[in-house]
Amino acid sequence: MSTDTLVTPPEQSAPTIPEVNYLTKEYGLRSWLLTGDHKRIAILYLISLSFFFCIGGTMAGLIRLQLLTPHADLMSSDTYNKVFTMHGVIMVFLFLVPSVPATLGNFLIPMMIGARDLALPKINLLSWYLYVIGGILVLYTMISGGVDTGWTFTTPLSTHYVNTNVLSTCLAVFIAGFSSILTGLNFLITIHKMRAPGMTWFRLPLFVWAHYAASVQMVLATPVVAIAITLLMLERMIGIGIFDPTKGGDPLLFQHLFWFYSHPAVYIMILPGMGVISEVVSTFSRKRVFGYTAVAFSSVAIAVFGFFVWAHHMFIMGISNYAVLVFSLLTMLVAVPSAIKIFNWAFTLYKGSITFEAPMLYAFGFMGLFTIGGMSGVFLGSAGTDIHLTETYFIVAHFHFVMVGGMLMAFLSGIHFWWSKVTGRMYSEKMSQMAAVVTFIGFNLTFFPQFVLGMLGMPRRYASYPPEFQALNILSTAGASILGAGYLLAAFSLLWSLKYGAVAGNNPWRATGLEWQTQSPPLTENFTEAPIMDHEAYDYAWLERQNSRDEVPHGE
Amino acid sequence: MSEHTHTIVGPKVYVSILFALLAGTALTVWASFVDLGVWNPVIALAIATTKAMLVVLYFMHVRYSTKLTKLAIAAGIFLLLTLISMTLADYVSRAWGSW
Amino acid sequence: MENSPAVAELRADRPSYLRHHFQSVEQQADASNFAMWLFLLTELMFFGGLFTAYLIYRNWYFAAFVAGSHQLNVIWGTLNTVVLILSSFTMAMGVWCAETARKSGLVLCLILTFILGLCFLGIKSVEYTEKFEKHHVPGQHYSLSSFLYPDTDEAATAAGDKPLPLDMARHTEVYFSLYFAMTGMHALHMIIGIGILVFMIVRARAGAYTVGHVTFVENFGLYWHFVDIVWIYLFALLYLISRH
Repeated sequence: MSTDTLVTPPEQSAPTIPEVNYLTKEYGLRSWLLTGDHKRIAILYLISLSFFFCIGGTMAGLIRLQLLTPHADLMSSDTYNKVFTMHGVIMVFLFLVPSVPATLGNFLIPMMIGARDLALPKINLLSWYLYVIGGILVLYTMISGGVDTGWTFTTPLSTHYVNTNVLSTCLAVFIAGFSSILTGLNFLITIHKMRAPGMTWFRLPLFVWAHYAASVQMVLATPVVAIAITLLMLERMIGIGIFDPTKGGDPLLFQHLFWFYSHPAVYIMILPGMGVISEVVSTFSRKRVFGYTAVAFSSVAIAVFGFFVWAHHMFIMGISNYAVLVFSLLTMLVAVPSAIKIFNWAFTLYKGSITFEAPMLYAFGFMGLFTIGGMSGVFLGSAGTDIHLTETYFIVAHFHFVMVGGMLMAFLSGIHFWWSKVTGRMYSEKMSQMAAVVTFIGFNLTFFPQFVLGMLGMPRRYASYPPEFQALNILSTAGASILGAGYLLAAFSLLWSLKYGAVAGNNPWRATGLEWQTQSPPLTENFTEAPIMDHEAYDYAWLERQNSRDEVPHGE
Repeated sequence: MSEHTHTIVGPKVYVSILFALLAGTALTVWASFVDLGVWNPVIALAIATTKAMLVVLYFMHVRYSTKLTKLAIAAGIFLLLTLISMTLADYVSRAWGSW
Repeated sequence: MENSPAVAELRADRPSYLRHHFQSVEQQADASNFAMWLFLLTELMFFGGLFTAYLIYRNWYFAAFVAGSHQLNVIWGTLNTVVLILSSFTMAMGVWCAETARKSGLVLCLILTFILGLCFLGIKSVEYTEKFEKHHVPGQHYSLSSFLYPDTDEAATAAGDKPLPLDMARHTEVYFSLYFAMTGMHALHMIIGIGILVFMIVRARAGAYTVGHVTFVENFGLYWHFVDIVWIYLFALLYLISRH
């Protein structure tokens, strides 16, 4: 058991924040804005992502306030259309797609595989700048009157029938898409070419496998939405006729090209979150992930199958019945790998030594809510029921369950889990646990009534509704305020810890993984010498042997 | 695989590929002026694909590249074919009527 | 820190072009080669969307596509194809020169590629100008007269076109939308490539690519060949529809 395979961690009996780390290496704005360090870029992303999440969240608040009453009391229909469009555009393109990959992925992947940085640091920085430019364009759109087509830019509404800022939004999405492509590209190269000696594919943490699968989708699917948006912009600017029925074009072509990306996009959004859950569930059950190979391959399977099902977003739009049949069948197939993961996590928990720190609470929330959301997807994938449920609140509830109950909880789980690695400090456990519970309660109260509303027939994207739906809408809005409070509490706990949090030491969770064998916060070059991986993933026995002499105080 | 260890493709190969490509161009132009009915587009695409393969294998050195490169290219082409075929399948089957 | 093995590794035996996060020149060259291939895959999917649109509308509006295709000049198109194939050849030869440290050969090949690229763009602009003058650019000024009254149009008469019914004539605008979108996107990629060639010619003359570090030239070659392949398909699909 060679102890020189990894950096000898600093003295753990009375941990202090190491003086030399990636945060203290250089000071000044230029050192941040021109950095090549993947960890600093991750922090830049985290700050900008949080900013846009707040704006998207405010939009959500406005939506829920509007829907407190059956009539369009707060905003007119036109304004409401702009609000939900902005909510969708910001949350999908500026938050969910980059959330875990650009923050946790950027920070951790090199460390998890034993590398000094990502393969292309300058491209990494460029991807952040592209994200910021996309974000600024979205802000410009909001200031100059907004856009009201829905985040899906359905033609011919977006090409011929609205006078709002479609072009600037499309340009923003185009640019943000390139940010995503560059991130995925970087991950693929890094994972293939820069693993440390001994780090075989099947010793990689499942977090890395999940990001690999998502990166394949980022690289291959995003260009198709880029061309869809380019054609949309040309149609709008010059009237080329490609989506215009009067000139022989087909509006559905836009939807084919758009959803060819946007369906894999949902897997781009969820796979990294699933990677987080694998890590968290393992660590807080003190047990290796059950069926490592199955989880690894199911990530890849989700990525592959995810490319074949896009037209299930178009069942009622006018595609042929045969296409409906084929895509409906394929959609049933794509649910299987996701279910495999849930089974594997459940079996990881079985006979594990479970503790309930905040990351684990969020992970439990994920498993329950993602399962419900996923199962509701089966109703939607089955074409017969989809005809009745599509474009109602059932769909809204479905995707919020998987994206907010699933992905956002996974994001928060990961942020809390690796917070000590990123900052060197522990968040307040009590506050964060409370935030997790409040979020869970608020989430269910917000979105479960929406399943019922959808089944009862309330359409989505409407500023007003029949009065008989009001009670459920009030429940939903009440839940939204609790949900918002939960997020604020979580944010407060994290920010509080920056000044007052206990010093974490290098491995407060006693987790396996190369990133936990280094100091917190890490050195700029991650490792002082190249680590050699000589044990399997999630090898807790190895960890015990490593740390048998160390007392690692777990910060309060 | 680095520059130092991999095969350096020489001018002889490049010249022969050049002539093959020029011949293919002549062939495809000639074929478009001959009425072959439904086979015209098939032949045009076949010739174009052959030319593209020659460029990919020899000019772009894929013949001498790692398995990873070949796998990545295959994955991309497979996905492109999926996009084209499944989208076209919708359009073609619309004409078939309800069932 | 000063004497740690990591710092020593940073100093000894490391050529200046080896970035700090790579272990070896091989790893760096490998990684950047893979990076370029992944980028080309994104380009493949990007153009792929356009090809999908093309195939759909060609299937639906074949007569309009035939009429539209007859408006393109086969001679210019074939010439452009030959020009690009030659430029791919000169680019591949350039890579060989870099790999075998033939500096003047490399510079010559890059300059030839550059000139051939400019030829292509020159011919393209001649074609575009002609399209503009005949009001075949989609948008406000698009004119259907060449298709409704083919005897007023040289190219249509030469190809023996019959007049199209009004709705099919309208669909020719979709053909030209795709023509301009696809060749325009292709031309944009050519322009970017030519710009990079200028940079490379300057650097090659300074000897930057003949000291063992040929990655930039090789990767640019990949890009250039890809742009050539796109044109090979564009030529077959846009220019050669039913010329008999």
